[in-house]
Amino acid sequence: MSSESYGHAAEHAFRQHHFVNSEQQFDTSKLGMWLFLATEILMFGGLFVGFGLMQANYPEAWVAGHHHLDRIMGSINTVFLLCSSFTMVMAVHASSTNQKSKTVLNLLATLAFAGGFMVIKYFEYSHKFHEGILPGRYFSYAGGGPPEQAMFFGFYFAMTGIHGVHVLIGMILIAWLTIRAQRGEFSSAYYTPVDLIGLYWHLVDLIWIYLFPLLYLVS
Amino acid sequence: MADIVATPKSQSHGDHYDVDYLNDGSLLSWLTTVDHKKLGVMYLWSILFMFFLGGVFALLVRLELMNPGQTIMTAEQYNKAFTLHGAIMVFLVIIPSIPAALGNFALPLMLGAKDVAFPRLNLLSFWIYVTGAIIATVAMVTGGVDTGWTFYTPYSTTTDGPVALMTFAAFVLGFSSILTGVNFVATVHKLRAPGMGWFKMPLFVWGIYATAIIQVLATPVLAITLLLLIFERLFGVGVFDPKLGGDPVLFQHFFWFYSHPAVYIMILPGMAIISEVIPTMSQKVFFGYKATAFSSVAIAIVSFVVWGHHMFTSGQSQLAGAIFSFLTFLVGIPSAIKVFNWITTMYKGSISLAAPMLYALMFLILFGIGGLTGIFLGTMSVDIHLHDTYFVVAHFHYVMMGSTLIAFLAGLHFWWPKMFGRMYNERAAQIAAFFVFIGFNATFLPQFLLGSRGMPRRYYDYLPEFTFLHQVSTVGSWLLGLGFVIMAGYLFASLRKKMDAPSNPWHARTLDWQTSSPPITHNFHEIPVLKQGPYDYFKPFEPSVEGYHE
Amino acid sequence: MSEHAHSSGARVYVLTLVALLILTGITVGASYINFGSASANIIIAIAIATVKVSLVALFFMHLRHDNPLNAIIFISSLIFLGIFLAFPLIDIQSRDKIIPNGLRVREQVAAPKQAAPAAPAPAAPVHH
Repeated sequence: MSSESYGHAAEHAFRQHHFVNSEQQFDTSKLGMWLFLATEILMFGGLFVGFGLMQANYPEAWVAGHHHLDRIMGSINTVFLLCSSFTMVMAVHASSTNQKSKTVLNLLATLAFAGGFMVIKYFEYSHKFHEGILPGRYFSYAGGGPPEQAMFFGFYFAMTGIHGVHVLIGMILIAWLTIRAQRGEFSSAYYTPVDLIGLYWHLVDLIWIYLFPLLYLVS
Repeated sequence: MADIVATPKSQSHGDHYDVDYLNDGSLLSWLTTVDHKKLGVMYLWSILFMFFLGGVFALLVRLELMNPGQTIMTAEQYNKAFTLHGAIMVFLVIIPSIPAALGNFALPLMLGAKDVAFPRLNLLSFWIYVTGAIIATVAMVTGGVDTGWTFYTPYSTTTDGPVALMTFAAFVLGFSSILTGVNFVATVHKLRAPGMGWFKMPLFVWGIYATAIIQVLATPVLAITLLLLIFERLFGVGVFDPKLGGDPVLFQHFFWFYSHPAVYIMILPGMAIISEVIPTMSQKVFFGYKATAFSSVAIAIVSFVVWGHHMFTSGQSQLAGAIFSFLTFLVGIPSAIKVFNWITTMYKGSISLAAPMLYALMFLILFGIGGLTGIFLGTMSVDIHLHDTYFVVAHFHYVMMGSTLIAFLAGLHFWWPKMFGRMYNERAAQIAAFFVFIGFNATFLPQFLLGSRGMPRRYYDYLPEFTFLHQVSTVGSWLLGLGFVIMAGYLFASLRKKMDAPSNPWHARTLDWQTSSPPITHNFHEIPVLKQGPYDYFKPFEPSVEGYHE
Repeated sequence: MSEHAHSSGARVYVLTLVALLILTGITVGASYINFGSASANIIIAIAIATVKVSLVALFFMHLRHDNPLNAIIFISSLIFLGIFLAFPLIDIQSRDKIIPNGLRVREQVAAPKQAAPAAPAPAAPVHH
């Protein structure tokens, strides 16, 4: 399949009428995605701000809370997400250079790492529930410690929970991309969705890069 | 930034070639349209309906306040009435009004574009708005909320009622605002016609652009605030509840970090409209174009660092209060620059007092009052006495209603012939404007007096000495309502006429007026190449759009 | 479609990943070391995280080669987030600690995990 002819077909198929050429459309789409990422940064950032301000109020409760978190599992999750970011950008690169099977493989690898992340998350959460560590009024951990640990875990579940939802949404989007890539819909002439969802996925990674030390690593 | 793409020839789709957008497609097709003009019109009807609903609550509130003690409702019902009035007006009317209804319609036309950057996202924004409106309605009819539209904790986290549902509605509506903001920033950067550099854009575009920046940066914080509020209600997390170790002032920081910039989401588009109406109706070049353009962006940026002026008496530290107070004074400066520029633009112009201009002049007066009283309230020492009194209520009605809504009306009357191809009855418009102006001042001017004499806001009952001013205010609200009824009358009547409006009834110079009234679906047969600036009234008019005729 | 922004070949991505993994190792290792005050640990952790975020943003997200407007958007969101953190922090740090007669300081009382307040609370808000 010659990228030239596919390119023109793709141009017509995917270019919307209010853009004058594909480059304008691609640049605009990317700009739109960065604007959306800015909104995500501010939304998550709000949680970080609340977390940080409450930590200033209750440092002992925060330290006590940290000790319930498993550093190893958190580290593994960090590695999973970093690797998934790598495979994602490799998928973008492959789709922009007409390498269909590499695109699909890298997207599948991204899904695998993301799935691994969610599995570890599942184990972490179920362990917590088992110990009675639940948000807010449901906090029934019997092992003592400052009562404001309940608030720490309120934040913990809110932050990792919302992050987890974003991971799941990302997985769905990447699965959709995989199907489209397998159908040969992407090429050097048009790979915008891969690039944009890649940016979203990197943001999910960025958030975890800050979540991990703030939740798991402070001693 | 190479955003200007010099490719004038565009594709035309045969079946839409000459049909105006109103007659293009079945009624049902409107529900899935990606045409920014149709979406703008649908937003317009939704917003006008919500305005009517919020207005009914306002009239009920004012009726209750006609006399001390119970007049027509219990205290609990009263709390719900003013909460719903506020929540509807803020989230469902004023914030979306100009950007979603008028901005959606006019922005691409003014830029010489065929649509916004992301038309499908635009459609999504609209349906998210409708979803939020439906959720809010469900919350209203399943008991209503009595927390005030500000949802302060710990009352909002502990009181009964569908608080979680109502805040979830606001959460959903926030996304409509965010996506509109994303769309508009991208549109302004990328879809300007060839020849339209940043300083050849109409000032309306600058205002909408600055607004969109705020929408993108501030609204997500509202989203997380409301989510945390819902978590607190559902799980008792305790971040904002002092009984659980939380901090209610923290909620206020979270809430006002969005809600203060939100009021600039309200006023900036209003100012943007005034910046169009005044030079057009004065047939004069805009005085201080660059200063006004920059002032829009300056207001957007400074608006993010003043939110603590809502919290002077909440338990915030004095140091923080002093910092916020000082920064609040700063935000008045770019606003003042605009007022001076508008007035100077009119000087020695050829003034037309058509309805849009009547509202623009009203804006100058009412914004003058509203803006200045904002400075009074921003002075920490003065605010200690005025906080939570009717002085605040009067101030924000002068800026939200007397300024933003009046500017919206100016824009509505300005673009009405373009949107619907018909002119409304000018005499009826003048009469309505009269009642709106008199009614508005009769309603809210007494409230400055009430507040400075100690009448607290949100109070169901009051001391007998406040009765007279309350009654003046209530009668004022009836005059105001009458003005709107007359307005609805002539506007709807105009829609039953045939389309006879000229392309350019106001002899404006911007690209939107060089399309037909109403425009064809794709706005322009070909993307125009800009030949003149937006306010070049000192030169003979040279249209940029081929085939233009008055 | 142009290739202008996509000259980062696979090699750059691999190097970036390696750097990120190494930094992750460093940050985990650093968490076992006590650097003095609690805030020192936090600052170091955040500093390392910031380096990691920069690497992801510059290389994985192509900000290095992209239209600068995208980078401006990204940085702006962080700046405004900084404002959101800074002002309430100033507020909280500079609040007076007023202890009226009869109330006990919060830190001295081990409050049980549910509602009973540490001090005689003012009248609970009236609600229905």
